Amino acid sequence: MVSLRAVSKTYAGGTVALDNITADIAPGEFIALLGPSGCGKSTLLRLLAGLETPSAGEISWENNQRPAPGEIGFVFQDATLMPWLTAAENVYLPLRLRGVHKAEAQPRIQSMLAQMGLADFAGARPKALSGGMKMRVSIARALISEPLLLLMDEPFAALDEFTRHRLQDDLHTLWRRTGKTIIFVTHSIYEAAYLASRILVMSPRPGRIAADISAKIPEDEDRRTSRAYTQLVADITHTLHKIMPHE
Amino acid sequence: MNKWLERLAPIAFGVIALSAWQAAVIIMKVPFYVLPGPIEIAQAYRDGYAVLNPALLSTLTVTFAALLLATTVGVALAVAMAASQLFRAAVQPWAVMLQVTPIVAIAPLILLWVPQPFIALVVCASIIAFFPILSNTAAGLAATPQDLQDLFRLNGATRWQVLRLLSLPSALPNFLTGLRISGTLALVGAVVAEFVAGSGGFASGLAYRIIEASYRLEIPRMFAALFLLGVSGIVIYAALGLLERLLLRKRDA
Repeated sequence: MVSLRAVSKTYAGGTVALDNITADIAPGEFIALLGPSGCGKSTLLRLLAGLETPSAGEISWENNQRPAPGEIGFVFQDATLMPWLTAAENVYLPLRLRGVHKAEAQPRIQSMLAQMGLADFAGARPKALSGGMKMRVSIARALISEPLLLLMDEPFAALDEFTRHRLQDDLHTLWRRTGKTIIFVTHSIYEAAYLASRILVMSPRPGRIAADISAKIPEDEDRRTSRAYTQLVADITHTLHKIMPHE
Repeated sequence: MNKWLERLAPIAFGVIALSAWQAAVIIMKVPFYVLPGPIEIAQAYRDGYAVLNPALLSTLTVTFAALLLATTVGVALAVAMAASQLFRAAVQPWAVMLQVTPIVAIAPLILLWVPQPFIALVVCASIIAFFPILSNTAAGLAATPQDLQDLFRLNGATRWQVLRLLSLPSALPNFLTGLRISGTLALVGAVVAEFVAGSGGFASGLAYRIIEASYRLEIPRMFAALFLLGVSGIVIYAALGLLERLLLRKRDA
């Protein structure tokens, strides 16, 4: 779907955020970008979104077709909802920007909110929603335009563990059901192992891809307690020990 | 703290202060042309309301026209500054300079240049009033959350869409704060401009009545006019505060 060839990003002032990143991302993959703070995972996500441009190297898309507006969904670390709009109006935003009429969008908005378990909260403003619900609205907003690629920047990092587990379950189910390509930035080994079909481990200063681990946890088992999951967590932990500079 | 007590406190304080004032004036036998007591002031208002009320209306008309002009100019400049870094750099220092130059010093020039006195008064008052709206709205626009701007960009939003759907709504609380400050400043500006115009012979507004009363040593009437101005200021401030609360509560609740 998208290939990164020797992509680097150096900021004005000389900070090298990313150094020589090469990776191929296939359609339908769920990729976790795993690494400590400051390893450039978020920068990589912003490059893919087209919010920033690489200083060197190339990002090439399948069929040479840069995604059109709305073909990339982006979920930020905070829910970043507009407080003066209701949940439904927040979800409507990407369609509204494209000139889709509200009446026409209404069924899609309703079904998206229902999929996210928010059917009863369409008219609620963000202030009245819990952190987990706000994040669900944010994900619904990212999915409403039916993007080819969903980019998520540590979306569950600020949630409590119970809420986080539920959202992880739902996201994983959603991925299995829709087969959407997802790139998910996280600094949690457990989260990466639980969610992803492939884990790109990044090392900091400058950001590099240090390991590329494919994750195969049988879907029929209880993922969170399965042996395969435990084994994967152990593998990632060993990999991280090897590549991280000891402080 | 008891809420009723808190509501009552300013009124009680006013009554006590006025009583003390009245008592002091009576006991120390202060002549009315130096310092009249509150009762004399009330009498002066009763005798002079036929003159004072139309003057107040005239001052308030200038105030609201000025607030309207200041809001239009202030918001337009703030939007232009948010849209163009170059424009901001070019205009900001001049706006500050206009703000720090005392309006009494500029007013004679404006009265000279603008032949229609009402418009001249409005221009003077809006020069004082526009700055808080400009600076608050500009600060609000500049503080538009970056993540939301990115989201708009990813969805191919035009600059107009970003402004209308994101920047302006997110700057609304700042704008309303600016508007509240500007409301009372517009009143101050109107009075200052009327003073300058009044000493040039243009008879209108409460400021002119104050000058007139001082020439005639009608000190109680001066105080009555001052009292009207003070009450107008409080009412404007409170009304804009109420508007702010209503708009934001309806929107964000």
